[in-house]
Amino acid sequence: MYEIIEGFLEALRLIITLDPDVMAISLRSIIVSFTATIFASLIAVPLGGVIYFGSFPGKKSLINLIQTLYSLPTVIVGLLIFLLLSRVGPFGFLRLLFTPTAMIIAQTVLILPIMIGLTISALSGVDPIIRDTLRSLGATRFQLLANTMKEAKFAILAAVALGFGRAISEVGAAILVGGNIMASSFSSSTRVLTTAISLETSMGNISQSIALGIVLLAIALVVNFVITTVQHR
Amino acid sequence: MQQRTIFAVTAILVAFMLICGCTGTTSDQTPGEKQQLRIATTTSLYDTKLLDHLTPIFEEKYNAELIIVSGGTGKAIEYGQRGDVDVLMVHDRAREDAFLADGYGTNRRVFAYNYFIIIGPESDPAGIKGMDPEQAFTTIREKGMAGENVVFVSRGDASGTHSKEQAIWKAAGFNYSTDIQGSGSWYQEAGTGMGATIAMANEKQAYALSDIGTFLAYKGDVDLVALVDEGDALLNVYCAMQINPEKYPDTNTALAKDWINFLISDEIQQEIASFGVEEYGQPLFYAAQNDWEKIGVPQAEVKDPVL
Repeated sequence: MYEIIEGFLEALRLIITLDPDVMAISLRSIIVSFTATIFASLIAVPLGGVIYFGSFPGKKSLINLIQTLYSLPTVIVGLLIFLLLSRVGPFGFLRLLFTPTAMIIAQTVLILPIMIGLTISALSGVDPIIRDTLRSLGATRFQLLANTMKEAKFAILAAVALGFGRAISEVGAAILVGGNIMASSFSSSTRVLTTAISLETSMGNISQSIALGIVLLAIALVVNFVITTVQHR
Repeated sequence: MQQRTIFAVTAILVAFMLICGCTGTTSDQTPGEKQQLRIATTTSLYDTKLLDHLTPIFEEKYNAELIIVSGGTGKAIEYGQRGDVDVLMVHDRAREDAFLADGYGTNRRVFAYNYFIIIGPESDPAGIKGMDPEQAFTTIREKGMAGENVVFVSRGDASGTHSKEQAIWKAAGFNYSTDIQGSGSWYQEAGTGMGATIAMANEKQAYALSDIGTFLAYKGDVDLVALVDEGDALLNVYCAMQINPEKYPDTNTALAKDWINFLISDEIQQEIASFGVEEYGQPLFYAAQNDWEKIGVPQAEVKDPVL
């Protein structure tokens, strides 16, 4: 109990004094996860729409597969990306291993299944009457897709929020492809809040870990507040 | 309203593309003028923060940037074998020899050493205080298998520390896989890092093998004490070696050599020998420079600069 209180106080101290290390780590967490969420959304939302409205053989199996991938362990994704980006791997020439870009790639891949699957769920939650109404008004395929998405806006934004939450809270892939590096320059470092918590815990700095955890939750709170506000417009 | 939202979203997207572009430059070799040196090391070394202490000195002298990743020794070696780093710094002589023999590494230099310690509850139910490491291990196993309240928590994760533990069991005359692993509930494999292993040993009031750095960091938070801290079997020798440019031609060879020579230089050997005294009241490492006989390595490995 004492450690948790100590952690809380340490968190306040780190935030109020704008501790430079914590600020850098937090900013990196936000940038990496935000970018991954945006990229994933750009792919997942249209793709979800196309899958939902399409009729092709194996559609049910595809949706089944996507939902199965919800359970994909983050470490496995991390391992996969690591093997692809390692110097001896197929994309080794890109020299992306141990860079923030690698982390963005890993997080994007990680949250894609959830975002595609939830987009499909969101769209199927839209009243079929709306689809028929749109069709009867002469909507093109694109207009059908776009307008149904607008109706499902709330649920789709919920998917985005979930995607961001999953991205910013994951550790396994971030450590594997990023390396938890704290270098002298901002752009060469790959330490984010979750990997920092992992390190501090393994080194025995419990209050520091709790403090970082609180900072992470505070960030998630702010981000979700923004998303909720947009949802209710 | 909709147009504003679209505009806002687009603006954010563009902003993040730009930010992404900035973070993307790390995939180019040099942000600005600085060269980068990639080092893979073991958590036992990294967590003592010795490297954090030496990094600014090196970076200023050579106008470079150090990129250091750490993991268990097995993981660090893996990075070395895949050519993902330029330098490997570990503490497992046997695996280092294999690494060199397989042609993955070259130019090994030994720069520091310290001792592992056997930690355990203050009450010391197995009574191992002050024993030789092999004797202590034998006693723990004996009492543990006899059903007394004696437990040993192992790293169980192919780390350098785990290798050392296995070596001590072997020196005590046991076959690790048949006599120790799975021989009873007295022997538990944590499969995690040193800190978590110590925490687990604390919970169970058990014995464990630890490196001195991690233990000192945890000392105030756990009810365990160092019971055995002397003995050749506890010797912990750290080396640095280059990843072989013949296998991986695009590693940063020049800077790797600079780093290794930096570590064995007189000035830095002094820094290493005095590191930790202020915070812990005792040094965390001994300089390897003059003790090559004591630690059983060729003099060339502590003295000769890499050419």
